Amino acid sequence: MLITQLKKKEEILPFLKAKTLLVACFGCKEVFFPEKEYQNIKEEFKKLYPDLSGEIVLDYLCNEDYTAKRLELYRQEIEKAETMVVFACGVGVQTLAGLLASKTVLAGCDTFYLPGFSGFTPSSYDCEQCGECRLSSTAGICPVTACSKGLLNGPCGGAKNGKCEVSKIKECGWENIMNKITTTGKVAEKLKESVSIRDYKKSQ
Amino acid sequence: MKFTELTKNGKFIITSELGPPKGFHIEKALHEAEVVWPYVNAINVTDNQSSVMRLGGLAMCKALLEKNIEPVFQVTCRDRNRLALQSDILSAALFGIDNLLLLTGDHTTLGDHKDAKPVFDLDSVSLTHMVKQLEAGKDLAGNILDGEPPKFCKGAVVSPCAEPLDPQLFKMEKKIKAGIEFFQTQAVYEVDKFDKFMKRVKEFGVPVYVGIVILKGPGMAKFMNENVAGINVPQELIEELKKDKEKTKSGQTGIEIAARLIKDLKPLCQGVHLMPLGWDDKVPQILKLSGITVDK
Repeated sequence: MLITQLKKKEEILPFLKAKTLLVACFGCKEVFFPEKEYQNIKEEFKKLYPDLSGEIVLDYLCNEDYTAKRLELYRQEIEKAETMVVFACGVGVQTLAGLLASKTVLAGCDTFYLPGFSGFTPSSYDCEQCGECRLSSTAGICPVTACSKGLLNGPCGGAKNGKCEVSKIKECGWENIMNKITTTGKVAEKLKESVSIRDYKKSQ
Repeated sequence: MKFTELTKNGKFIITSELGPPKGFHIEKALHEAEVVWPYVNAINVTDNQSSVMRLGGLAMCKALLEKNIEPVFQVTCRDRNRLALQSDILSAALFGIDNLLLLTGDHTTLGDHKDAKPVFDLDSVSLTHMVKQLEAGKDLAGNILDGEPPKFCKGAVVSPCAEPLDPQLFKMEKKIKAGIEFFQTQAVYEVDKFDKFMKRVKEFGVPVYVGIVILKGPGMAKFMNENVAGINVPQELIEELKKDKEKTKSGQTGIEIAARLIKDLKPLCQGVHLMPLGWDDKVPQILKLSGITVDK
């Protein structure tokens, strides 16, 4: 089981602008989603930014094939949007970032661990439910799960030909992050300024 | 003596590297260090190098200091969480260790305890930040340290010939922003590539000590090309190693290549870091042949 919690309003506000599309997943039985809190904050956002691009509500965002088909229904809204703030678990955010490589996909929630059954939808993306989602600053690729060492401050230097030092078939998560940051060119500077240290009490 | 002070005085820094033994008998390691010491400014002591369990680096550094040999204490994040790392850094200050090399560390699965838990609570950047905090008189949680805070010269590593290079430069800049004062590099065999790298990092204004690994034979070169990140031994060097088998076996070819590389690379950087991988006795000859002498 897992639980998602809205990030603080001050954290989400800088993401918002006219061409922002909100994406919410009211999804699956394993996730406790703060639906009421989301509706409240959405109304606040709309007051602040009356010209927000729009909203897409989905379920099972983590199911890549299903989501790809569903997104076709919203093609126009997605085309207009520059950034998308996703209110879902970490797997949902990564799935959308993977499907919409040209958009800036940001995380509106933190995902926390709850004991019990989890993993309903098979996915190549993984969320460790660390409780401090960083996907907004890492181009929608999770450094905690995509890097064998879970490094938060960049690549370790152990990758050879794009592959991780632990296995010749595993891609280097940080090289993928760096490639995407360079191609979208927006977050690299910010990432360079900060020193990230994980807060393990949030995942206990 | 801190490297930063030596570099400030315009000195070209020469360092070598020592791997502690798998056991607690350090006579052989100490002898290797004593052979090299007259020719270098300091000797790096590795930290469970390649994730292979060995005697602790801190103890080895202390043993070197007792022989009046200047150590560089290498610290990785693989085996210790932030409490243990801070404890060891404070212990290093107690022993009078001046220079640190702060690394993320190889993954546990590369070594001889593949089933161990990889820690990586911190990484090279946050480890640097942590040492900075200690130097400011606080631990990582913000608690005040007793007495005068420690002061180190903090180094890190970079791979100048890695492809792609941009992620390396990104991390290098981030390390400098966190407090890194010098860099020792991964082994370099391509002078042109290193030259390009140095041109790109010149603006950072941080000294770079180029890494030299002695080539023991064509097999080693090929192995590194296939398996070691950031290393590419050009084909002409592999041919040179193949040409005279006896000469290569005796180490002479490797010595000549290393000396030539140092000669070519010296004008481009602020120091050289030799990683002899057991061939410590070849270090004096390499340095003599390359025409550089230590200035302590």
